[in-house]
Amino acid sequence: MTLLQLPPAAGVIDLNGDGAYLSWGVVQISWANVVVILVMVVVFVLALVLPFPGHARKVVPQRVPQDALPDAAPDGSPR
Amino acid sequence: MSAVAEQAPGARRSTRRADPAAGPWRGPTRPYDLVKEFVAALAVVALLTAALAALFSSPDERSITLQGWAKQSPNDFVLTATGELAGTTTSAGYGPPYTDGGEPQSIGPLHLAQWAGVRIPVDAAQDFVIGPLTATTHDAAVTEALATWTGATADQRTAWASAYADALGEAPDGDPAKVGTGDYGPVPALTGGLLTLATTGGLDAQLVSAPTPASSGFYQTDYTRPILFLADSGHLDEIAGQQHLHGDQWGMMNETGNYPGQAWLWLYSFWYQVPPFTTSWEPNADALIWGLMMILSLVLLLVPFIPGLRSIPVRIPVHRLIWRDYHRAHGRGGGR
Amino acid sequence: MSAASDSATGSSWTARLRARTLEAVPAEQALPDRQPAYVSSWIYVFGVATLAALLVVIGTGLVLSMGGPGWWHVSSLGHFVNSLHLWSVEIFFIAMVVHLWGKFWMAAWRGHRALTWMTGVVSFLASIGAAFTGYLVQTNFDSQWIASEAKDGINATGVGAFWNVLDVGQMMLWHVTLLPIGVGLVAVLHVVLVRVRGVVPPIGIATDGSVIES
Repeated sequence: MTLLQLPPAAGVIDLNGDGAYLSWGVVQISWANVVVILVMVVVFVLALVLPFPGHARKVVPQRVPQDALPDAAPDGSPR
Repeated sequence: MSAVAEQAPGARRSTRRADPAAGPWRGPTRPYDLVKEFVAALAVVALLTAALAALFSSPDERSITLQGWAKQSPNDFVLTATGELAGTTTSAGYGPPYTDGGEPQSIGPLHLAQWAGVRIPVDAAQDFVIGPLTATTHDAAVTEALATWTGATADQRTAWASAYADALGEAPDGDPAKVGTGDYGPVPALTGGLLTLATTGGLDAQLVSAPTPASSGFYQTDYTRPILFLADSGHLDEIAGQQHLHGDQWGMMNETGNYPGQAWLWLYSFWYQVPPFTTSWEPNADALIWGLMMILSLVLLLVPFIPGLRSIPVRIPVHRLIWRDYHRAHGRGGGR
Repeated sequence: MSAASDSATGSSWTARLRARTLEAVPAEQALPDRQPAYVSSWIYVFGVATLAALLVVIGTGLVLSMGGPGWWHVSSLGHFVNSLHLWSVEIFFIAMVVHLWGKFWMAAWRGHRALTWMTGVVSFLASIGAAFTGYLVQTNFDSQWIASEAKDGINATGVGAFWNVLDVGQMMLWHVTLLPIGVGLVAVLHVVLVRVRGVVPPIGIATDGSVIES
């Protein structure tokens, strides 16, 4: 079974061994952590600016009848 | 201009509400598949996880042992054992929860550690040195040294051990074989005997499986004693320093090697790098930083109720990016 | 039992609970197939991404439990599962933090949604605790070091007298049972609150779609 022939414990890219660190004043941070933090920031910015699919789709304003349940499609309305 | 009024029970359908953002949405909607979205998210996360795991694996630096310590740094081992007998190591004078006395930390008038009390009692000299030696078989010199130690007064013991510790500090490389003459009593024989016991692997087992009044020690998952003893050494400290794990290296955030660590501990680590926590408040730094982080966590929890803080998203309108599609389709409107 | 209209005030606790639950979260609101038109941004996927990552963390944790604490040291399959567990935790925290940032800039606590925000913060803090105990039970050098360092902070608060980070057995059980249950319960409450209160409308827009005059 292929699962038993997994790559050696170090993985394809070996992250063991001496760590690399960024020093700036009182701050000392591992490059690995810098990458994680940068990924978070980049992902956040991309999430804000990337266009969301379907935004060009025409949205039909729903006039929800007073006695309908919230967020439910009114009876008989097309999906 | 809706009138502000008490919302009567069942008044969900009323057009009068105190908070215009409360209640169900009655504006435009669009079709949406909640379950499909969840399944898609699960698939993406699972695949990403598998890819990262296959690419980078995970670190597994082998645990160190007392045997390894004794073999690699015998001089440091003997010095630490001497310190345990002299009562000068961190563990020996820790204070609660391990020992009486010490200098327990406080947050102003809050002596939390002291109030919690000594609930994990540790007697460094007995638990780390005398006990293991007594429980195991030795040559006559060690047996005699044990008898001498047991028969001596506390002051005499301290005097012997302190003198030997000073002598080790002055010996070249801290080598016990090069120590000058002096009145060290049974201490050299005891620490030498402990070194032998450690080198052969017997001390690891003794410290973990030592019997207590409550248990024979056969089954044991509590590593308090071996880790406290190791923590007193320069050996553990040296290895940790090489891996950038010390507190003043922001070690709390780090993992061994080049693996990402606990980036979310950035703020907790930060305080340990700056005054006054590194200077005048240093003796209580742990307690004070915990207190500070609890307060900051409370602030984060209570953001909805904190004026100024809760209006930042309104004053810095990042939200216009988030809802630009809706505003484009339905008019921007005058509200901010 | 009799019709729902009788049971809300009847003596049946079951019927009353059912009525209250359905009133708080009607079926169409619990599992809606429509959403407000303003939910149209990639930032909205990070809540579900966090949940998905939590599921992978728990799933891989369960597999690790099957082999026991030492399994991953001796088995390459076990080591791979450990790697899955580690990286899913990293993804979990990344997704959760991006979700937190998004919700802050949306001021998502508006409209009586403060409890949703607060349960989110509690689950964040509880997750940090769960991750911490995870590091303690790796049973390798990292665990030894982290335990020896963390004890000082925790002892300083008095908690260390009862919660011994040097006791692998205690930490293991906290990591595998108490903390996942805690995180899970708070996460479920958080998600239920989102369904009960609905997704917060845009800043400046009221729930009927009208503009809020400032």
